Amino acid sequence: MNDQTSAGTASGQTRTGDKPARRPLSGAGIFFLRQREASILIAGILLVIYFQISSSAFLSGPNLGNLVQYSATTAIIAAGEVFVLVCGELDLSVGMVYALTPFVMFFAVSAGLPVWLAVILGLLAAAVVGLINGAVTTLLKVPSFVTTLGMLFLINGFTLTISGGFPVQPQAGAVFTGIFGANALALMAWAVVIALLFQFVLKKTRWGLHTVATGGNPHGAAEVGIKTKTIKTGNFVLCSVLGGLAGILDAFRIGSIDPLSGGTEIMFAAIASAVIGGTLLAGGVGTILGALLGALVLGILKDGFTLLGVSAYTFDMILGGAILVTMVINVRLTLLKERGGL
Amino acid sequence: MAEQSREVLRAEHISKSFGQVTALKDISMHLNRGEVLGLLGDNGAGKSTLMKIFTGFHQPTSGKLFLNGREVTLKSVAHGRQMGVECVYQDLALVNEINVYRNMFLQREPTRGGFLGILNDRAMRKAASEHLGRIGVNIPSVDAEVSKLSGGQRQAIAVARSVYQKSDLLLLDEPTAAMGAKESAQILDVIQRLREQGDMAIIIIAHNYAQVFDVCDRVNLVEGGKIVFDKPTAETSVQELTDLVVNEYRMARASVHEA
Ligand SMILES: Nc1ncnc2c1ncn2[C@@H]1O[C@H](COP(=O)(O)OP(=O)(O)O)[C@@H](O)[C@H]1O
Ligand SMILES: [Mg+2]
Repeated sequence: MNDQTSAGTASGQTRTGDKPARRPLSGAGIFFLRQREASILIAGILLVIYFQISSSAFLSGPNLGNLVQYSATTAIIAAGEVFVLVCGELDLSVGMVYALTPFVMFFAVSAGLPVWLAVILGLLAAAVVGLINGAVTTLLKVPSFVTTLGMLFLINGFTLTISGGFPVQPQAGAVFTGIFGANALALMAWAVVIALLFQFVLKKTRWGLHTVATGGNPHGAAEVGIKTKTIKTGNFVLCSVLGGLAGILDAFRIGSIDPLSGGTEIMFAAIASAVIGGTLLAGGVGTILGALLGALVLGILKDGFTLLGVSAYTFDMILGGAILVTMVINVRLTLLKERGGL
Repeated sequence: MAEQSREVLRAEHISKSFGQVTALKDISMHLNRGEVLGLLGDNGAGKSTLMKIFTGFHQPTSGKLFLNGREVTLKSVAHGRQMGVECVYQDLALVNEINVYRNMFLQREPTRGGFLGILNDRAMRKAASEHLGRIGVNIPSVDAEVSKLSGGQRQAIAVARSVYQKSDLLLLDEPTAAMGAKESAQILDVIQRLREQGDMAIIIIAHNYAQVFDVCDRVNLVEGGKIVFDKPTAETSVQELTDLVVNEYRMARASVHEA
């Protein structure tokens, strides 16, 4: 009997219920995320219109350049932060890696190494920080909030020590400087290419899938044999390296390596971009493109308020409020998710 | 099939401690191909821990493990799978945020592009959909996110995932725990079919022994990390098992009253 019924469906598709098959429910999930990305896009466009009406300088070339410069490096860091958040962790130290990496590059060049090698050395140093973050978090079982908070202070102190607290000038040829973000277009290209690349990695590769599984169901992921510690550590390394790259790009753009640049401000901006973009702090859900849009919205806000003559203090208050509201929504969504309603 | 050994599993004097807690004490058992063993016992008796030793998730503190006649020291779940052990965990090990077909292939996804590991979604979707149809699992779509499925459907996916791998030893930890009677019957149906095919040995952990009794060849009762009862189903009955469990319960109550 059973054999007959199963033979009947063997070559066919999954049997559908008595009711007509509902369209793919995951479609709803994807739609939600798309919608999330779309709603940020719309918010961004509305803000642009508002600021353009308030100040005709908003859509001018130089101003857009400013905007891109602010958003691009934040978006690059946010891409790394999304991976860390999706696998269920948090990296607070990335802003300090952003400040440290160009110094490592600078000292390597001063020691007579070619620039390209110096860049690689800088990124390697960043990777080592990520590796330590990952090892302490996964092997010693210290919550990543604590691990990376400690690392934040450690790296900051280290950077200030090796630099003596003074900025220096990066040295490289014009071509190299051009590629590494001396102009806004190059910088935006870096951000967009990185966002597209890592969106693909997150959604279409084994690494991305295992990152989602590790954050979505840590225990279950381990039970099916996913090396969750490796996944987490790898994502800490990825986040650090992207933080380091962002630091190098900004060093060339600004033409100065400042030990006080980046830090907690750019780290918070990156996490805020990720969260505004639809990444859940609870892990398992995130999008890189959303984070890119989130970074753009933050950039538009910052830039627009500057044009309107809103003081930096007021801006911080508005920004803080906006982030709080987004976080509240985020937490509500997380609760929904835990109840299986999402 | 001819050269496959008859005895799939043999465990000799397995013990397991977690620090101060001794979860298993001197467990010995064996299981042949085509046999289904029902593993009964109270909460905390050590059933899940024993399963996780067979899968390679835990390593025993002492004792020996033989698979297909050869002694093995399983280093990891991946190693256990290589040796032909599959498991449906009590907590299912499904990821809610991921769709059905990707869950079905989690950790052994077909990929392209070598080390890049680009997922072959098309192959997964097709294979998952055919396999679920074949064993008669009923879900709206393999594209559905697992969070959108009922408890029974999730359980069915988890069982289907394990059955898909042609394993020698299939371990099911409370496979009908989250289900209604009708859904349970569907899972037990799948198990019965696997039993008739006779290619693998199966261990079912169950609270509801009356439910699984019919598909088992043998029943073991675990108590305090030891096997205290071992009989073929032909020589016992649901009634005898009930008496055993009631007895255990009375003793537990008595000891609570004494204390
Ligand atoms: N990872 C672990 N660490 C410490 N103790 C554990 C662990 N896993 C199980 N135990 C303990 O071992 C005993 C048996 O648990 P378990 O095998 O889950 O029982 P069962 O599945 O029969 O309900 C329990 O006392 C439990 O608390
Ligand atoms: Mg259990």
